[in-house]
Amino acid sequence: MKSDVAKIASLYPKQNSLQRFLQGAWNLTLSLISNPLSLIALMVLIIVVVAAVGAPAIAPHDPELQSLRLRLKPPFWAEGSEAGYPLGTDALGRDMLSRMIYGSQISLIVGLSTVLLQGAIGVLIGLLSGYFGGWVDNVLMRIADIQQSVPFLILAVALAAVVRPSLINIIIVLGITGWVTYSRVVRGQVLSVREQEFVEASRALGSGDARIIFYHILPNIVPSITVIGTLTISTMILAEASLSFLGMGVPPPTATLGGMVADGRNYVSTAWWVSVLPGIQIFVTVLSINLIGDHLREILDPTLRNTS
Amino acid sequence: MGQFLLRRVFYSIFVLLGLSLVVFTLTRLSGDPSALMLPIDATEEDYAVMRSYLGLDKPLIFQYTDFVGRAVQGDFGTSIRHRQPAMDMILERMPATLTLTFAAFAVALAISLPLGILSALYPNSLIDRISVLMALIGQAVPTFLLGIILILVFAVQLQWLPSSGRGGLEFLILPALTLGPYSAAVINRLLRANLRESLTKDYIRTAQAKGFTQQYVVLRHALKNAAIPVVTVMGLQVAALMSGSVVTETVFAYPGAGLLLVQALGNRDFPVVQAFVILVGTIVIIINLLLDVLYAYLDPRIRF
Repeated sequence: MKSDVAKIASLYPKQNSLQRFLQGAWNLTLSLISNPLSLIALMVLIIVVVAAVGAPAIAPHDPELQSLRLRLKPPFWAEGSEAGYPLGTDALGRDMLSRMIYGSQISLIVGLSTVLLQGAIGVLIGLLSGYFGGWVDNVLMRIADIQQSVPFLILAVALAAVVRPSLINIIIVLGITGWVTYSRVVRGQVLSVREQEFVEASRALGSGDARIIFYHILPNIVPSITVIGTLTISTMILAEASLSFLGMGVPPPTATLGGMVADGRNYVSTAWWVSVLPGIQIFVTVLSINLIGDHLREILDPTLRNTS
Repeated sequence: MGQFLLRRVFYSIFVLLGLSLVVFTLTRLSGDPSALMLPIDATEEDYAVMRSYLGLDKPLIFQYTDFVGRAVQGDFGTSIRHRQPAMDMILERMPATLTLTFAAFAVALAISLPLGILSALYPNSLIDRISVLMALIGQAVPTFLLGIILILVFAVQLQWLPSSGRGGLEFLILPALTLGPYSAAVINRLLRANLRESLTKDYIRTAQAKGFTQQYVVLRHALKNAAIPVVTVMGLQVAALMSGSVVTETVFAYPGAGLLLVQALGNRDFPVVQAFVILVGTIVIIINLLLDVLYAYLDPRIRF
């Protein structure tokens, strides 16, 4: 028995935490690209991200440049398309492709930063709630109940209208309205982790609450946070798109995918592409993120299968 | 059971009070309403009179108790634009929204229950794959895109159904088909996972050993035990459907409360927005209360 353990241990070279992290990340990447569906999703995402990051260099036209002559030109495969405008133009003659590239920039910025903000708020509340229990837990979880009693999107549009929409306000609004999922999951995990022996051992050695929470409990729940975070990026991208569609997102002339869909609604019977193409881009991006998120969940934390 | 119910009702009232505080804060954040009500050339005295008429010169705590006091009597302020009681305007539109929500929920159940059950019964079969694919698509497609595509196909191309407005059943079909799939995807996914897990349990093997048919075992034993998490998520789906109905009503110009909300937001008509948030919050709180009672019925072990 003992020799077996020694044998297995000898197979794994001693690693410091950075090496372990890199090894884990590498294994995760390997498993992602070995699954055909996740590989496609990963490639789609890389294209979207690269296009969004390099937008000024990649977008063929100025996304806000209008042209009366080029109004409602169809995409390249349809009759009457205009060379240099592969996905056609909108009602103001603006290039669809360039607007979609800049629009996905907004989607990704909002998706990533709201998830970070929500995660920070939700994880902190979940840690406090689960670790201290008692009245702290009661008060925080009732606040979560209040938050959840108003449907997420409705609270977000109401708040966005009150504070006046702008990129930073949209991030803050979505950030402070979506933390409940994190705090509930984190709280549940803290409840089980804090009863374990290494926590008691650390307390016996004289560790304070802050040290136990951040050094001993937090690292144990990082996998779940990663999974929820990945899956919420897509929820947030959809939320931002819905806000923009309802006219409560980042205001024009900035290109947003949801705003483009809303603009195209008036011409949907004659120029379907103005609405449908940005909509499909949202769909493909969100689908890719979900596929990767599902894959991460299978690897990192299968117990979260039912939370989203 | 009585004590459990009493405690849940107490919690719900607490949450409702918290909600009113949130909405009250929203009111204060939205700026001085007298500025929206008075003409541009109003004098400083006009503002003072208007503020004292609206009670804005009192300490915040009294403003809040006034707000709750009026709310309890059903007074949620007056629409700035339409000069009508805000809650009346919303209540007038609510039946249309609830009809849409229930129709969408029916669509969601009609898709998710058979798919979820069949895919749990026959893992890795064709129907299982279809079910997984539908769940993936349903959770990723933006509501407004689905709505626009349905309009393009069934209203513009085929001209089978109207693209907007409200009237008979034909006006309800496309909006319900737009709003339903997201919830269908969530319920389907969860039901499939739970049913599969509960099929591995010992009591299922016992029932099978007794010689019951597989259908009987699944419907009588497995389904009931898989139902509890599904009921939880249904509660959350009511909230999601309410959110979704705002977008869906906008796509189809469907004259429900959601469309009224979007118009009110555009006009910065905040009393209407507040009344809407309070009403929807109350509906969600009541539904969750009812669901808690339903849990206790489904699983006698649950008595919080």
